[in-house]
Amino acid sequence: MTIIKQFKIAFILLILMTLLTGGLYPALVTGIAQILFPFQANGSLIKLNNKVIGSQLIGQSFTNENYFWGRPSETTPFPYNASNSAGSNYSALNKDYLSTIKTRSEQLQKNNPKKQGLIPVDLVTASGSGLDPEISPTAAIYQAARIAKARKIPEEKILSLITKFTKNRSLGILGEPRVNVLQLNLALNNL
Amino acid sequence: MENGILQVVVYLLILLACVKPLGWYMAQIYENKACVINRLLRPFEYFIYKLSGIQPEQEMGWKKYLSSLLLFNFLGFLAVYATERLQCYLPLNPQHFTGVPANISFNTAASFITNTNWQAYSGEQTLSYFTQMVALTAQNFLSAATGMSLLVAFIRGLARHETHSLGNFWVDMVRSILYILLPLSFILALVLSSQGVIQNFKPYQKASLLQTINYQHAKIDSAGLSIKDINGNPILENVTITEQEIPMGPVASQVAIKQLGTNGGGFFNTNSAHPFENPTPLSNFLEMLAILLIPAALCYTFGIMVKDKRQGWAIFLAMFILFIPLVTMTIYFEQKGNPALTHLSIDQTIKPNLSSGGNMEGKETRLGIVNSALWANATTASSNGSINAMLDSFMPLSGLACIWLMHLGEVAFGGVGSGLYGMLMLVIITVFIAGLMVGRTPEYLGKKIEPYEMKMVTVAVLIMPLAVLLLTAVASVTKMGVSSIGNPPLHGFSEMLYAFTSMGNNNGSAFAGLQVATPFYTIAGGIEMLLLRFWIAISVLAIAGSLSHKKLIPTTSGTLPTDTLLFVILLIGVASVLGALTFFPTLALGPIAEYLKLGAFYGN
Repeated sequence: MTIIKQFKIAFILLILMTLLTGGLYPALVTGIAQILFPFQANGSLIKLNNKVIGSQLIGQSFTNENYFWGRPSETTPFPYNASNSAGSNYSALNKDYLSTIKTRSEQLQKNNPKKQGLIPVDLVTASGSGLDPEISPTAAIYQAARIAKARKIPEEKILSLITKFTKNRSLGILGEPRVNVLQLNLALNNL
Repeated sequence: MENGILQVVVYLLILLACVKPLGWYMAQIYENKACVINRLLRPFEYFIYKLSGIQPEQEMGWKKYLSSLLLFNFLGFLAVYATERLQCYLPLNPQHFTGVPANISFNTAASFITNTNWQAYSGEQTLSYFTQMVALTAQNFLSAATGMSLLVAFIRGLARHETHSLGNFWVDMVRSILYILLPLSFILALVLSSQGVIQNFKPYQKASLLQTINYQHAKIDSAGLSIKDINGNPILENVTITEQEIPMGPVASQVAIKQLGTNGGGFFNTNSAHPFENPTPLSNFLEMLAILLIPAALCYTFGIMVKDKRQGWAIFLAMFILFIPLVTMTIYFEQKGNPALTHLSIDQTIKPNLSSGGNMEGKETRLGIVNSALWANATTASSNGSINAMLDSFMPLSGLACIWLMHLGEVAFGGVGSGLYGMLMLVIITVFIAGLMVGRTPEYLGKKIEPYEMKMVTVAVLIMPLAVLLLTAVASVTKMGVSSIGNPPLHGFSEMLYAFTSMGNNNGSAFAGLQVATPFYTIAGGIEMLLLRFWIAISVLAIAGSLSHKKLIPTTSGTLPTDTLLFVILLIGVASVLGALTFFPTLALGPIAEYLKLGAFYGN
């Protein structure tokens, strides 16, 4: 008899708690977030002429000479597949990994002939999500000469654009300085 | 590097500042003293009791408490399993996902009710919003509350004497959720959504790309097989992608509780590395704070409930000291970068205000090295399975630090509730060893530790290494185990070791190169998660039951004080020796061997 009673309590409590934490709570958070932060809660979407052309938070793939390139992406079946986030999961000594890095760095050296020095690490390593929207300021500066040449505009203009779009650490302490690649490329098109 | 140190120090100081107020608040809740929120919500709390037929004044002995706990979790398991299997018939499924396969549903149900949140599926490709919310978000709360209730029952067993009652499981559950987990999650979810964590019920959003993507793809016939030419090579076709499909969903509400409840199960495949789960450094900081917040504060709650705050601080200190050197080690090796890349003219040096440098494979630009390394340790220390960088791509010795934190048994802060009761098991062992050294009957908080308790503690502590080592061994020598590995052998071994260590300790993070959606990993892992979580729960409650009816014995000059630095050091020693002796050989075969190989090839 006590077992049946215990079962009944467990059953009803599970339903009540599921309704509360799995129904009411997310619904309430959605309602308030949609009122207070509609832009952020809906994916920080960038619109052009009322058409969605991307999200501030989700990177896109760039390979053309006249655009800034982002982090390499290991999502499948194509890079920056937003609905299938993934990292490479390569270990430090994996031969495939090292040959991938080699291919990427040769490609970068070929496309940025003016830069003889070392290649910024974030331009050859894949991000964790495969959707990283940002690169380090170093990685952006590295590409400035190439873009200036492809777009036939002075390099200083590109560099000042990078400075303008560089986001510093939050509160001056947290995170790392970075530049949003999609926003930078949209700004390039508007120059 | 100065900024890196500053980020770590700020994090630890803010965490420390939260311990006392939150710990005090939780003690008020569990001791049923009036506090603002519980006074406001009291009618609602009693309404829940009335509907479910709970008599809140009725106290339970350890067996009743245990059977209630097991029954409740069993029903939760069935609910998650059924929801996943039937999601195609349920609402809120804008992407029209089909039912989840049986083995993955079993694994996920086991994973989420045990507070593990190991994930053998990719969230955005598999689960409907309904499943994410009603099955997973709800279990994030329930499994966390189960851990907290179990801890509170154990503390009562220590604090009370000559009684059989350990409190009421239903009441502890309801109060943990209603007064602690829900309010904190609610606030955190809203702050996160202000940072850009999404929260909606819309279908995935199409966006036209600035630059189209062209790639080659093997041509597939109507049966789904690739078409081959005369020479047997697959025929490739060119595909042009002009649109991006951006995922949507009620993410913020799940991310908040996944961190606060040390659950860790991501809404998306890449968890908190995904920009929609963790968009800014500030969201990262708050999520990281949420990970250790409750486990750390529970030490103070413990101190209040046993009426000796120093005891709580002593345990907190031991946890803290275990944690710090591993954080230092991880940041050091990640910041130093991969020596193999230095040979390929890659620049991994740190440049103040320009680049974080370091081993950036699998890491996000906004988070950089320090935040990824600190997160990796905070989560592996606390049995929180979330990640913000791919652990599989960490350097060998930083990967070791993560595995080691789990090998300690998830006691350096540990899961909500489970971390502290795990640590208290080690405290009992330490008291026992110290007792043997001086030839006195061991005591803890005025209770004699006798053979029954020692047997139960041994049972609780030894099951984890046994299961982890056995399953890793099975995986290493069978095709079903080895065929899943995604990296060269030494690291592949680490992947298998990590998998069973993570599931065995109810952590949930992974070296994700391992293909774990196979029958072997889902079923063996599912059983491992269930067995360890509830096996330990049984022994913990049995000890609580036995301690609660003992008499208090007065402290004398011969009593070993358990709130001194000496005892803290002894405790750290016991925790480390237990971990080291059982797991060192496996670590030598995996990460240490890999580190030496890396050194031999490229220099350290």
